[in-house]
Amino acid sequence: MSTQPLRELLESAFPDATELDVIDRTGGGDHFQVVVTAPSLSGLSLVEQHRRVYEALSAPLGDGTIHELRIKTKGAS
Amino acid sequence: MSYTDQIKDVIESSDVALFMKGTPSFVMCGNSDRALQALRRAGAPVTAIDILPDPQIRQDLTQLSGWPTIPQVFVKGELVGGADIVEELEQSGELAQTLREKLGDDFAAARDEKTVPLAG
Repeated sequence: MSTQPLRELLESAFPDATELDVIDRTGGGDHFQVVVTAPSLSGLSLVEQHRRVYEALSAPLGDGTIHELRIKTKGAS
Repeated sequence: MSYTDQIKDVIESSDVALFMKGTPSFVMCGNSDRALQALRRAGAPVTAIDILPDPQIRQDLTQLSGWPTIPQVFVKGELVGGADIVEELEQSGELAQTLREKLGDDFAAARDEKTVPLAG
């Protein structure tokens, strides 16, 4: 899978994102690093922030398209 | 006892529970290792649970925690997160702070690390 579909899922889940990046860590299309900074994540614990990312990517996580996911989130702008 | 009950038990009775792929002496996944190493750097008394012996363990754990990936780290019954969060909290010093708050100032004194098998 390319990074574009994942980026689109994240963009629709975090329309307020000030930083949003998806990196294919190995070039194999199944190990990804995502970075999301969004005001809507402010005030949430890291666990809750990561849960939002997992929810946004539940389809590719559930069907095994994403084999490994690293997440970096921030709440402030 | 079902896996779910055993998982609940170990989460509630352990200061720090690490659900991982493999064991601390034979780690089977890079992310499990990242979490383990971060916990060790913070001096956490880790109780490790290998989820690999039966796929049902992982299913029951995720059902219980609502967290889709492995590893999962709990401190005093509360989900702290996976490898990324535990690494981030260790690097910022927040992990040690949380451990001090929840386990007391001498949490690292025990240097305790054990592995608990679940019965199938």
